[in-house]
Amino acid sequence: MTPKNLVVIGAGMASGRVLEHLTDAAPGTWDITLFNAEPRGNYNRIMLSPVLSGDKTYADIVTHDDEWYAARGITCRFGEHVVSIDRAAKTVTGENGTVPYDKLLVATGSAPFIIPVEGRDLPGVITYRDLDDTEAMIAAAAKGGKAVVIGGGLLGLEAAAGLAERGMDVTVLHLMGHLMERQLDEAAGYLLRRDLEARGITIMTGASTAAILGTDRVEGVLLEDNTGLEADLVVMAVGIRPETRLASDAGLEVARGVAVNAQMQSLSDPDILAVGECVEFDGHLFGLVAPLYDQAKIVADSLMDRENAFVVRDVATKLKVTGCDLFSAGDFKDGPGREDIVYRDPARGIYKRLVIEGDRLVGAVMYGDTADGNWFFGLIKDETDIEEMRETLIFGPAYQGRAPADPLSAVAALPPEAEICGCNGICKGTIVAAIEGGAGDLAAVRAATKASASCGTCTGLVEQVLQVTLGDAFKLPAVQAICGCTDHTHEDVRRLIKSMPLKSQEAVWQELGWKTRNGCHVCRPAINFYLLADWPLDYLDDPQSRFINERKHANIQKDGTFSVVPRMWGGITTPDELRAIADAADRYKVPTVKVTGGQRIDLLGVKGEDLPAIWADLNKAGLVSGHAYSKGLRTVKTCVGTDHCRFGTQDSTGLGIKLEQILWGSWTPHKVKLAVSGCPRNCAEATCKDVGIICVDSGFQVGVGGAAGMDLKETRRLADVRTEQEAIDLTVAFIQLYRENARYLDRPYKWVAKVGLDWIKARVVDDPGERRRLIDAFELSQSIYRKDPWAEHAATRAQSYAPLADLTLEAAE
Amino acid sequence: MSWIDIGALDDVPLRGARLVKTRAGCVAVFRTGAAEVFAASNTCPHKGGPLSEGIVHGTRVTCPLHNWVFDLETGAAVGEDARIDVFPVRIEAGRILIDGAAVGQRSAA
Repeated sequence: MTPKNLVVIGAGMASGRVLEHLTDAAPGTWDITLFNAEPRGNYNRIMLSPVLSGDKTYADIVTHDDEWYAARGITCRFGEHVVSIDRAAKTVTGENGTVPYDKLLVATGSAPFIIPVEGRDLPGVITYRDLDDTEAMIAAAAKGGKAVVIGGGLLGLEAAAGLAERGMDVTVLHLMGHLMERQLDEAAGYLLRRDLEARGITIMTGASTAAILGTDRVEGVLLEDNTGLEADLVVMAVGIRPETRLASDAGLEVARGVAVNAQMQSLSDPDILAVGECVEFDGHLFGLVAPLYDQAKIVADSLMDRENAFVVRDVATKLKVTGCDLFSAGDFKDGPGREDIVYRDPARGIYKRLVIEGDRLVGAVMYGDTADGNWFFGLIKDETDIEEMRETLIFGPAYQGRAPADPLSAVAALPPEAEICGCNGICKGTIVAAIEGGAGDLAAVRAATKASASCGTCTGLVEQVLQVTLGDAFKLPAVQAICGCTDHTHEDVRRLIKSMPLKSQEAVWQELGWKTRNGCHVCRPAINFYLLADWPLDYLDDPQSRFINERKHANIQKDGTFSVVPRMWGGITTPDELRAIADAADRYKVPTVKVTGGQRIDLLGVKGEDLPAIWADLNKAGLVSGHAYSKGLRTVKTCVGTDHCRFGTQDSTGLGIKLEQILWGSWTPHKVKLAVSGCPRNCAEATCKDVGIICVDSGFQVGVGGAAGMDLKETRRLADVRTEQEAIDLTVAFIQLYRENARYLDRPYKWVAKVGLDWIKARVVDDPGERRRLIDAFELSQSIYRKDPWAEHAATRAQSYAPLADLTLEAAE
Repeated sequence: MSWIDIGALDDVPLRGARLVKTRAGCVAVFRTGAAEVFAASNTCPHKGGPLSEGIVHGTRVTCPLHNWVFDLETGAAVGEDARIDVFPVRIEAGRILIDGAAVGQRSAA
């Protein structure tokens, strides 16, 4: 039998595997011509990253060398571009001539996606796709300097790590909120970012490239937010698209890729097959090697007239960056009916999440310890029933079929030299010695050994050592955890956010071992407040972690409508303001208008979708948000003081307005209300406020910790001062100390009772340096938060107050 | 099923929700993850609280009025004998699609 002609366009990993199958199973049945645009044969493209980082050379990653092709009689036309395919004549024309085919295999692979920005063609802007790109990067890195990698996916991060390894100063720009969002969830993305940053790579997420700058060659990158970055090298790794030009020129059906059936034949022409990244099957595109190898087997079988059909399988992903151990498989995102099992080991930087649907494992994301990845992947692929091992599933195959260990017996079994506290390097023996020496509780062990005194994550272990050592003599203290998501108390979390430090929600969830994906309605608002109070410049307030009133800047009512309360500074208003309020009440059909106890006017019953419009109207009259909805400064109530009152001793109204203008917009652990009375008759009722100031002839009496709600408390005197400025300074310093230390949802009176008024006086009154620090810290935070949220929302977020869609408007059938 | 495009995925804030008015009443569309959405009745069976205004955590939402918690996968209230209707919803090319039949049929019934 004369061999038939097979022409293959593209010598990549997929077509290479086809040739292996074909020449092994049916040698001599095909006369094969192999075109490749690259001047070389098939090499292991997956290993380009180790070549870039210097761990391997090109010679190490060659799959098929000249000898291999020669031994199989394959005619190689490398470095030659194919010009056209003539389906009628059944020929392929290359730059150096035409060859006939009986069967044609299109394996043109993919091309890197180039984002259409100015400067994309400048020298020094390269993609990361083949050996030439890799060598260009190695040459560029030899000169040192700054590299910007656009794209924080698999390929971009491997490029970034390789360039950093070669000594470049690397910044990664990623459009989405976290790295590798297609393979990783936010938690794993956070850990990956942390590890990459630890090796000096700068990561910018939510970064959209506006232009690449430079005249003769690349000099920098400009972002949409006008940030400019210097760059000697720009690597574009934002994705790939199937290379289908030849196929579509030949009139083959092409959607995103060359459309094929399950035998990998073109839907337009059964004599033309396609394989690899240029293929589209059943709406799927393919980028990872496992499905490409599956396809190669099908192509070979089709060419040998064996029956076989391609099916799309789940694939697993690993990142080839030394020291960043991550694994993801299956589907861990979409779909109803799913449950998570989450395991975190903060000390070792480990995160594992399994996604379960019914009694099947459907997805897995792991970071830090991926040893069991393939086992989980096997469970996903085989759709194993995991109901029986569900309780211990996350601990991997080693734990199956055993009862979960009692944690106390595990601690009892630890040898004396086992390390308990990683931060301070304290082993079990040291702790036991301290306990036997009289340290009978956690605080005493901390004082004697420093164990659990730093990050605190070993606190539970230290308590177990206490319990094992002392037996019944030790009672585990009944600590009140924030909620079911964590074993930590509010106080622990506040301390750790400051000391570790933790500057994002993901950092808190991971480093403190949260048991849920992203907290709950109890802990998340608290964590959000702690982060923004301690790290005003690093942490951005997250509206989705706030109760609806603070997210929509209005108070929700029992019927789902809202109330709107404009600020009246110190309770002073004008006819114009009152007219604007009256007009707004008319225009938006406000059913109830009420004067509040905080000396302002409440418009009750406003519809949620009307909020931005009513705010814009009130803004026009100079009215801003009164924050009547916030855990923040509410009002400063005043009397008329020396302006009109015959008993007034100071300008109480003026001081009230000043305080309100300094404090407004600030977030606090709970609401904060102030009052300033002009004389001891106390018409502004200052003695039951969080901070109440009474003016007297000799100056100002500043009281704190009053309440007139669930509890009734009279303020206690913080200090008497002579000048208005001193009264303001004490007030600001007190509120900042409260912001830094109180538990979320504790009003100041509760916090004062816990820490003691003397502790507060020592910092706010007696220590001028600390007072100054507190005032400066408050001002720093206010540089972000002292602004009108109504104006901001009306201008930029009005859309989000309207329904996403209204399907009732569609014509009735 | 008849899938209806109700808007872009990015128009729903991560760990947030938006309202969709349908003939079957108000439906809340929740985005619990980067590419994870659910749709459910907007009305809490307890006192009628608007669930689209609640705090979204994991695949749950907490009613803003009295903190009832609902599992968005099943519609079941956590720790209460109550549930809300859930509707099929999916993501395609960055758009959110809802099953029109599910939200339309109920109004016809």
